[in-house]
Amino acid sequence: MSTAAGTATVTEPSANTTPPGPGMRFTGAAANYLDERTSISGIVRELGRKVFPNHWSFMLGEVALYSFIAILLSGTFLTFFFDPSMSHVTYEGSFVPLKGIEMSAAYASTLDITFDIRGGLLMRQVHHWSALLFVASIGLHMLRVFFTGAFRKPRELNWVIGFVLFILAMAEGFTGYSLPDDLLSGNGLRIIDGMVKGFPIVGTWISYLLFGGEFPGTVIVPRLFVLHIMLLPALLIAALGLHLLLMVINKHTHFAGPGRTNDNVVGVPVMPLFAAKAGGFFFVVFGVIVLISSTFTVNPIWNYGPYDPSPVSAGTQPDWYIGFADGALRLIPPGWEFELWGFTVTLSILIPAAILGLFLLAVAVYPFLEAWITGDKREHHMAERPRNAPVRTAIGAAGVVFYGVMWAAASSDLIATHFMLSIEWVTHALQALIILGPIFAYWMTKRICIALQKKDREIALHGYESGRIVRLPGGEYIEVHQPLNEYDRWRLVDYVDYKPLMLRPNARGKISPVQRVRAILSRWFFEDRISPVTRREIESDGHH
Amino acid sequence: MAQHDGDTGAAAGSELVKSPGREVSPGTAVIAPDAFENPGLPPHSDRVTDLDPKKEKEAERVVAGMFALSIVGTVMAIVAYIVVPIEPGDLNSTRLNNLFVGLGIALALIPIGIGAIHWAKNLMTYVEMTEARHGTRGTEETRAIAANVFTLGNQESGFNRRKLIRNTLIGALALSPLPAVVLFRDLAPAADPVPLLKTTLWDKGIRLAKDPSGTPIKASEVTLGSVFHVIPDNLADAEHPLEEKAKAAVLLMRLKPEDLNVSAGREDWNYDGIVAYSKICTHVGCPVALYEQHTHHLLCPCHQSQFDITQEAAVIFGPAKRPLPQLPITVDAEGYLVARSDFTEPVGPSFWERSL
Repeated sequence: MSTAAGTATVTEPSANTTPPGPGMRFTGAAANYLDERTSISGIVRELGRKVFPNHWSFMLGEVALYSFIAILLSGTFLTFFFDPSMSHVTYEGSFVPLKGIEMSAAYASTLDITFDIRGGLLMRQVHHWSALLFVASIGLHMLRVFFTGAFRKPRELNWVIGFVLFILAMAEGFTGYSLPDDLLSGNGLRIIDGMVKGFPIVGTWISYLLFGGEFPGTVIVPRLFVLHIMLLPALLIAALGLHLLLMVINKHTHFAGPGRTNDNVVGVPVMPLFAAKAGGFFFVVFGVIVLISSTFTVNPIWNYGPYDPSPVSAGTQPDWYIGFADGALRLIPPGWEFELWGFTVTLSILIPAAILGLFLLAVAVYPFLEAWITGDKREHHMAERPRNAPVRTAIGAAGVVFYGVMWAAASSDLIATHFMLSIEWVTHALQALIILGPIFAYWMTKRICIALQKKDREIALHGYESGRIVRLPGGEYIEVHQPLNEYDRWRLVDYVDYKPLMLRPNARGKISPVQRVRAILSRWFFEDRISPVTRREIESDGHH
Repeated sequence: MAQHDGDTGAAAGSELVKSPGREVSPGTAVIAPDAFENPGLPPHSDRVTDLDPKKEKEAERVVAGMFALSIVGTVMAIVAYIVVPIEPGDLNSTRLNNLFVGLGIALALIPIGIGAIHWAKNLMTYVEMTEARHGTRGTEETRAIAANVFTLGNQESGFNRRKLIRNTLIGALALSPLPAVVLFRDLAPAADPVPLLKTTLWDKGIRLAKDPSGTPIKASEVTLGSVFHVIPDNLADAEHPLEEKAKAAVLLMRLKPEDLNVSAGREDWNYDGIVAYSKICTHVGCPVALYEQHTHHLLCPCHQSQFDITQEAAVIFGPAKRPLPQLPITVDAEGYLVARSDFTEPVGPSFWERSL
């Protein structure tokens, strides 16, 4: 579609409309120089005034992007000083309590970064805090995309790429966490070793190859280092580039609102407004990370001491984003292991691993499942309000609770000590919660969504409560309802409504089992639905 | 179809759905014939900075003030780097260096952000713009040309026609990464890992020594209710001390002999109520370091498996399945505690070949 023919909705920059003001001579000359060598004017024309919609929730992905930049910058600084080696050294640095202690070069150089390099501790903390923020903002961004249905066609692939980014971020986090070779991270690796060994047939060998011999060996830190600073970042940056490219191609979703349709995008142009806001936001995010890092300690590895297979501190737990996996291990009751023809099958590891795998798989494939159930092949560019897709929102809430219980389980010992409860009681409560919690959350969320939809309907039909009580001549009191203006009403009525699939025989007069399953799922999704208010309803409402 | 008002004149229904000549299934979506019309963009309302030149001037001063503040922060960070040095051995100097350099950098960064956002929100021309979306799918013409590229590629190469070539190519490509897989074999030494996992440094006559000092322990030192973290006294001479320690770490406790429920065959594994158990959890291998003296329970701090020492370290809670392996001990002629043998089963987490 040519932009010149562009409907009146398109506000494209056109030549001759704006004379370049003063101070643009240099920009003009530089742009000319570049364009004559790169054709870059085409890209500027295409993207320079691209419209970005406004909504606070769209900033979550930005936080992830900006914290990643903070990670790259601080991480590069750290590589200049960190020695990823497990060779034994005797510490002779500034930190007196560990002086003369045998440790790995990795741990010693981490101490040096902390205590002998000015700003080194700051960069370590910036790196760690921004990594925590990175995974957190990715998680929240995913929840935003999920609960607003922004994963629907044409964005299913970008959902999968985002999912891959989430996994890569956790992998980056774990590999980085293990590098200082301190007691806490070493116990984390020990748990990984124990889990890997629990896998049938290949487990023993994978652990053996990973650690270059028996645990802990002398190679795991350099190996993880290469993954952490080369392979994983390369994959992450590639996936991130693809993620952003697809976002540009698909254009951002926007929420329902007056003037906003499925065929347009309403917002502010990249140049200059969005660029200024987003660029400014980058500085705010980075600045806040530095502020936190200069005032709050994170991962004080000097308190833990070098890795030694024998000691361990009470209350040991991983960084927050690995917690759900650790918690899943803790919730298994005793005795889940058996022998089969002499081989040991460790269900206490296989079951949680399978549950986590299925959970993550469900997250990855959800868009395809929902698309199949609705059969909707149209493109969807309107971000939905969570209440307008009650079953999806309820599934999401159940997933959040499921994840949350596993996450809480990773701190079961701390919960027990802080609240003076017995660890057995806490564990049993969490075991019950991991089954009952998601069911309750599903049921509750669906009810809340439908109630909110009903309320929306009522407001769209009868207006909102004005708080003005009027006494009628007959003595009756009524509260006057103020009708909505058309803009506010539009926000409440513009959403997609699905009805359950009606099973019909195909051309050969058969109902296939696949269709039956689809119909069951469709009924599950759309049986209880509240349709948007229509014009006729408002009109007929006006008569009584 | 519904029309926008004002400067927007595009259809409010989905243009993407009704692209001419192509029906896209809406699935089970309900398309209400009497849905509301999109009222179009609401009228633009000016900001105070658009209306009041004084406010505009004020906003300008705030933005410039923020940027100036950032310069102060940058200078502060550099000054702090120099005037708050790290004194070797003085932890407080590290803390102060971290604090002031960090505050300076934060002060250099955050005001740039606030200034830029304030500028964008209050001074830059702020109108909601509308941009049309186009169907993601390429135009029919483009798609036809693209399809033709594949057709030509297939014809000119004969990819599908010459099946022998195609199939051998697929086979060759599928197999070609295998050397890369094989190359990973030497990530670990040549030896089979399984025997390594089944043996530790403990052997008949090896003394039990304190961790980490390596001082041998006399039976007389182990008072009732006490607990010792133990390593084999030959650990320091081992070729790979950390790997050996990761298997050989032991907890030593003394209970009243009548509190111990000793099973058949283990009668001489304890010495007068002194028992030694592997410290490596049978779940995923954390050190089981917490001993509750009055209940005689061992607790693993990682996943809360609990072992009852009076019941030969049987699992009483948590995800572990197997009891902690017991190290048979006795005393030597000088009264030092020694191992009677190695563990009689592999220590630590389960693995596939464990019982073979």
